[in-house]
Amino acid sequence: MAKAIPQFLVHSPKDNVGVVVIEDLKAGTEMMGVITETDSTTRIAAKSNIPIGHKVALVDLKKGDTIIKYGEDIGKMVKDAKKGEHVHVHNLKTKRW
Amino acid sequence: MATKTLSKPAKSAGKHGNLKFWGWRRENGRVGVRNHVLILPLDDLSNAACEAVANNIKGTLAIPHAYGRLQFGADLDLHFRTLIGTGANPNVAAVIVIGIEDGWTGRVVDGIKKTGKPVVGFGIEGHGDIAIIAKACYEAKKLVQWASELQRVECGIAELWVSTKCGESDTTTGLSSCPTVGNMYDKLIPEGITGCFGETSEITGGEHIAKARAASKEIGEKWYKVWKAYLDDVIEANKVDDLSDSQPTKGNIAGGLSTIEEKALGNLEKIGRTCRYIDVLEPAEAPAKGPGLYYMDTSSAAAECVTLMAAGGYVVHTFPTGQGNVIGNPILPVIKISGNPKTIRTMGEHIDVDVSGILRRDQTLESAGDALIEMIIRTANGRLTAAEALGHREFSLTKLYRSA
Repeated sequence: MAKAIPQFLVHSPKDNVGVVVIEDLKAGTEMMGVITETDSTTRIAAKSNIPIGHKVALVDLKKGDTIIKYGEDIGKMVKDAKKGEHVHVHNLKTKRW
Repeated sequence: MATKTLSKPAKSAGKHGNLKFWGWRRENGRVGVRNHVLILPLDDLSNAACEAVANNIKGTLAIPHAYGRLQFGADLDLHFRTLIGTGANPNVAAVIVIGIEDGWTGRVVDGIKKTGKPVVGFGIEGHGDIAIIAKACYEAKKLVQWASELQRVECGIAELWVSTKCGESDTTTGLSSCPTVGNMYDKLIPEGITGCFGETSEITGGEHIAKARAASKEIGEKWYKVWKAYLDDVIEANKVDDLSDSQPTKGNIAGGLSTIEEKALGNLEKIGRTCRYIDVLEPAEAPAKGPGLYYMDTSSAAAECVTLMAAGGYVVHTFPTGQGNVIGNPILPVIKISGNPKTIRTMGEHIDVDVSGILRRDQTLESAGDALIEMIIRTANGRLTAAEALGHREFSLTKLYRSA
């Protein structure tokens, strides 16, 4: 039997963001996600329309929080985002410059 | 000596060690998977003559480019290294070099000649385009007829040199197509293939990981120096803003990548979990430490990077893309791998290996790696890549600074 198709994937259990992997995801969708490193599933509700490939907050994120993806630091929040909301260049920035 | 030990192929896993492909064994022992007769301009001024020859003599290939005049120092060295490396690549059977004058033309001819393959040079000055085109056409006709009778021979997988570089990356490349390439390297590097990754600027944000993946501390330090020099001498010296407009690129951002760190981490998925690089190459430098994975100091611009890797002697290229980069190369078949279902739906004609099943969880990374290996073998055996069939022949020389 085919496995259920996840709406989002997470690289590492340490990550606080996931990646939406289906097209036309609408706010309000109850999403199933897979953490690929451990092959375990997790569920959250989408609070934004999030395009395919874009990130979703897995927990409530505050301005200044470090974002972890691949288990690594990829930058910091410059605005808050609630669990299930879209995380991208409008609220996430590199710490490098 | 540590390098030597690590570069030695590990004990074969068995499954991939017996893979074979059909290629052309060249005079110097290297094996190519294409059989081009190149009409190679030394400089921008000689493009017209080269294109005229290629137009007259069917089956030859001119590769026009923008440079070659008034270059000096390291920039000129790189120009020669790239042209000579391109001609010397085993995917090339024979070469005709045309330049505006004899001196530098001869330098490229002599460089290519070291491989033992047929190469002839012509200088335009004192003769004019028409006379040189006629002379070069007689030679080109002989060479292309000679090359057309060369036969492929069966070769072991260890004779294959496979490079990688990704482009128009998004978050799906880090999840699917880049780790597919990594899985391929984890399987084939132990079987003795020669691999290559690069993209110095795009490692920024993952430099701690790249440094740690060297085969020894010394090689890691050598890599770090190359990366740091690029950051200090190019980025810090020339940036007018925070680089947010070019790294990540607009395409990367549209695909969901937010920061240069996120992009770098996805990029580095291409080198898999277990393989380590055994040397750090200058742009267009040929590997000299035997089989294994190499790092080449390259731009992250797709055509420039692939042109340099082709000049380094690689014969098949693997190119993960998310948003849909369409690049090809005149002499190096570029295999496109994508896991982005939207890209496969909207521009599928550019994609050779569809790994979107990884995102749906109906394809494992393990099987995606095997599918890529199968496509590498088919490509080596002669299957035209999407880029070849669509006529993509981007040949872009890297310039280090302004010409005199």
